[in-house]
Amino acid sequence: MNELVFFINKGLVSGLIIGSIYALGAIGVTLIFGILRFAHFAHGDMMTLGAFVTLILTAALAALGITLPVPLAFIAMFPAMVITAFIAIGLDRTFYKPLRQAGARPVVLVMASVGVTLMLQGLIRLFAGVRARDMFIEAPKEIFRIPFPGATRPVIVTEPQVLLIGFVVVAVIALHWFLTRSRLGKAMRAVSDNPELARITGINTNHVVWATWIIGGALACAAGTLLSMDVTLKPDLSFNILLPIFAATIVGGIGQPYGAIAGGFLVGFCETLAVFNWSILLRPFRDELWFELPNSMALVPTQYKLMVPFLILIIVLIFRPTGIFRGRVLA
Amino acid sequence: MSLLEISDLHAGYGQMSILKGVNLTLEQGEIGVIVGPNGAGKSTTLKAIFGMLNITEGSIRFDGKDITGIRSEQLADHRIAFVPQEQNVFPTLSVHENLEMGAYVRRDDFSSVMDHVYDIFPPLKDKRGQAAGELSGGQRQMVAFGRALMIEPKLILLDEPTAGLSPMFMSQIFDRVIAINRTGVTVAMVEQNAKQALAIAHKGFVLAGGRNSYTDTGQNLLNNPEVAASFLGG
Repeated sequence: MNELVFFINKGLVSGLIIGSIYALGAIGVTLIFGILRFAHFAHGDMMTLGAFVTLILTAALAALGITLPVPLAFIAMFPAMVITAFIAIGLDRTFYKPLRQAGARPVVLVMASVGVTLMLQGLIRLFAGVRARDMFIEAPKEIFRIPFPGATRPVIVTEPQVLLIGFVVVAVIALHWFLTRSRLGKAMRAVSDNPELARITGINTNHVVWATWIIGGALACAAGTLLSMDVTLKPDLSFNILLPIFAATIVGGIGQPYGAIAGGFLVGFCETLAVFNWSILLRPFRDELWFELPNSMALVPTQYKLMVPFLILIIVLIFRPTGIFRGRVLA
Repeated sequence: MSLLEISDLHAGYGQMSILKGVNLTLEQGEIGVIVGPNGAGKSTTLKAIFGMLNITEGSIRFDGKDITGIRSEQLADHRIAFVPQEQNVFPTLSVHENLEMGAYVRRDDFSSVMDHVYDIFPPLKDKRGQAAGELSGGQRQMVAFGRALMIEPKLILLDEPTAGLSPMFMSQIFDRVIAINRTGVTVAMVEQNAKQALAIAHKGFVLAGGRNSYTDTGQNLLNNPEVAASFLGG
């Protein structure tokens, strides 16, 4: 049974955690693509930036001597989401909006977002240095050990992981409600469907663009914060997960928020299960196996983990080129 | 005072001029039909009304106001509705949501207009929860009309509403246009099926080479042997 617990800890829990982070990031990328028609490469650094905003607010709360039953960083995350949303709108007005108004082609906006990426990374390093930081300033993170029937080892879940999963569930329900019930949410889907018709109908495109950056920015901040609470906060934290996020976006069908969520979890689980050492799970059956069980039996060595999202991407694009949820065909 | 008054309109894309002096006047409650050969500037005339083109000369007046060069997002504020020829619905939105989006600029209670649209197009009521992109061509056209009616427009602009539809649907569409017009909505319509369209028109405008070549009542144009010979296929 210990082997099963190991599988739950290293396979299922990890997959769920990284999948949640990918989903939060991919929702933003896919909404921005749907409304503004370009791949926003600076999304990863918006995540890191959001996490740093949270860190600053957390330090301020800790300095005031405030203690709460939940980690301070989780509380600080909510105002930080608002601030990051404003930063996202600011970035749009400063860098992307002038290009849009000049009638620039999408590829120009993609290049501009690569520029914004470099700028944000530089700014973060300039003010925060390059070292890794712990988001738990006031107290160490709590670790829950849940006893598993028939096993000596417990299932291990940390406090930030529980918060992350709770947050993702609430965020997905709220997003669904917003997109299907609210006037602005429906207008967002309308603009994503047919921008020309949306304009003729009198939908205020500016409001829709703002809503897109607010949702994208806020969720990026949450993803960055919750990821750095799970591990540590480094300036290049989210840049490294940007490519899997793009893979999740495309796999889910670009422009499709529900596809982004599904794609995020698919990529997350595939990644962790591909590097999982399956020989541990097979160990109890070693006498019945027809082959000798090697010590390590992962599908992909851990160092090559980044390869997995791309493998999924290639397979999906060959067999279902529009993604799982029928997104826009990339042209 | 005319509801719509386009006088001596010159317009084009960039440097290329397409309209070289179009005149079009519609009174409140009329159906105006624009016909003519391909490339005559029929659809372009409609699009020139809301700023998709560069207007170099001439003016457009609507309901006593100068609206020359307004942007497409301002159309609804003037209670002008436009039904494009293609891609005229939001495909992933349900039929009901399409109608709601039609009323986006309205802040008042529009449920009675919604009921009215469902009365004119009964098939839509059964499919209200279905994505508009999954409907047949004729039903999609109904969604497009319904969406346009949600602002209770004074003027509705139709760009080849029967294009690509079977003859059965075509006469249905013309019947709807008449029905919509009877509720007091002025209609300006571009049509390929010139004979059928002119038959329901109060006024007809035959364009050629970016300017009016004939302007008369629909019936007179149908009876005019010259027009018949050159545009209506004999």
